[in-house]
Amino acid sequence: MSEPQSEFRVEMTINGRRKHATIEARKSLGDFLRDDAGYTGVHLGCEHGVCGACTVIVDGKAVRSCLMLAVQADGCDVTTVEGIAQADGTLHPVQTALREEHALQCGFCTPGIVCTLTALNQGDEKPSEEQMLAAMSGHICRCTGYQGIRRAITRLAAGEAE
Amino acid sequence: MKPAPFDYVAPTSIENACQVLADAGGGATVLAGGQTLMPLLNLRMSQPFILLDINKVEALKGVSRAQNATRVGPATRQCEALASAELAAALPVLTQALSHVGHHQTRNRGTIGGSIALGEPAAEMPATAVALGAVIEARSVRGTRRIPAREFYLGPYMNVLEPDELVTAIDYPDWPQGHITLFREVAQRPGDFALVGMVGALVIESGRIARAGIAWFGMGPTPIAAVQAEQTLLGQPIDAIDPQTIAELAIADTAPFDDHHASAEYRRTVGRRIFARTLGEALNIRKAA
Repeated sequence: MSEPQSEFRVEMTINGRRKHATIEARKSLGDFLRDDAGYTGVHLGCEHGVCGACTVIVDGKAVRSCLMLAVQADGCDVTTVEGIAQADGTLHPVQTALREEHALQCGFCTPGIVCTLTALNQGDEKPSEEQMLAAMSGHICRCTGYQGIRRAITRLAAGEAE
Repeated sequence: MKPAPFDYVAPTSIENACQVLADAGGGATVLAGGQTLMPLLNLRMSQPFILLDINKVEALKGVSRAQNATRVGPATRQCEALASAELAAALPVLTQALSHVGHHQTRNRGTIGGSIALGEPAAEMPATAVALGAVIEARSVRGTRRIPAREFYLGPYMNVLEPDELVTAIDYPDWPQGHITLFREVAQRPGDFALVGMVGALVIESGRIARAGIAWFGMGPTPIAAVQAEQTLLGQPIDAIDPQTIAELAIADTAPFDDHHASAEYRRTVGRRIFARTLGEALNIRKAA
């Protein structure tokens, strides 16, 4: 990538699987994950970083996939909502908590929320309820009114969703 | 909502990055964290011919010591700066301001230098650099120059950088241990751009203000240093300071505008109040200590 080009060959790991493709430089990571890699759980809402629906996990950190180019994820480890549950379908504690507290209605914003909370909960150091709630400022939900999401976070913080 | 086509390049050294900028003759835009630039690209408000990604230039990352200053690499991510114990000890108000920059998810990509170079008038990082007296180092194939943050901004998203110049460091001068920090902002929800905000630092010696650096954000076309307030504070015994009077002087330096979030009058009214309250609280804490 030492000379300016408009097309690149990229390779990344998505949900544990290697994926390579030739893409336009201007393609966002979100569009690449949906249109080229087929992970339609990545929901593109506003496409300018406000709504948070497209949040995925890149190298362990929750990021907006509409604000990152696919070419920038070359060599990265990417996790979308499809890669959160175990292979046998057992839900991740984050997903269990959201489900049990009815924290979704239409579900458009949910994949982003799942990715943010999963990224926060993956280290050895567990995040506090306040940290998780603060991270929710990066997500807009237009139907549940957030109370279910708050309860799910309370449940997660208390370790009741294991 | 897709960017116009561009060529992309991601060099690994400052020299190569500067060469790309020089060769592009003004047609290149620097991509750091992309948390403000990518929306501008997606909305086609920005349509560069070449996008120069500096995320692979390791020499532009990290926090280090410079002469009487803390040097922050412009490509240092906001989340890393926020977690830096060195920054929290040396420049506590920078850490405080960082916690208000965007959201957790955008701080994971966004950089200190990107925010400073872009110069959104309502953003925290440009105003913090102005308040603390930071110096911005810019390099091009023609050479290196050092620009005080107070002389850096010309208007919204406009600065004095030439098209071939790259920000290579932000040097925040040392402030003595135990200095007073000032920070307050009003935004519609945490992480949104501030409607009104102020940031600053004060040093007290023998009961008098010995050094003051204060700036506004969201109160005009650029971050604005509260110069009259700073100059009036200097030398004053802290017991004699009337926060309301200083706030009036600070407001006199602003040039707020109307937009669909708030009127200029609202910004002035709220600004006056948060300034007086923040200064008053900081001094009362100090008097009591």
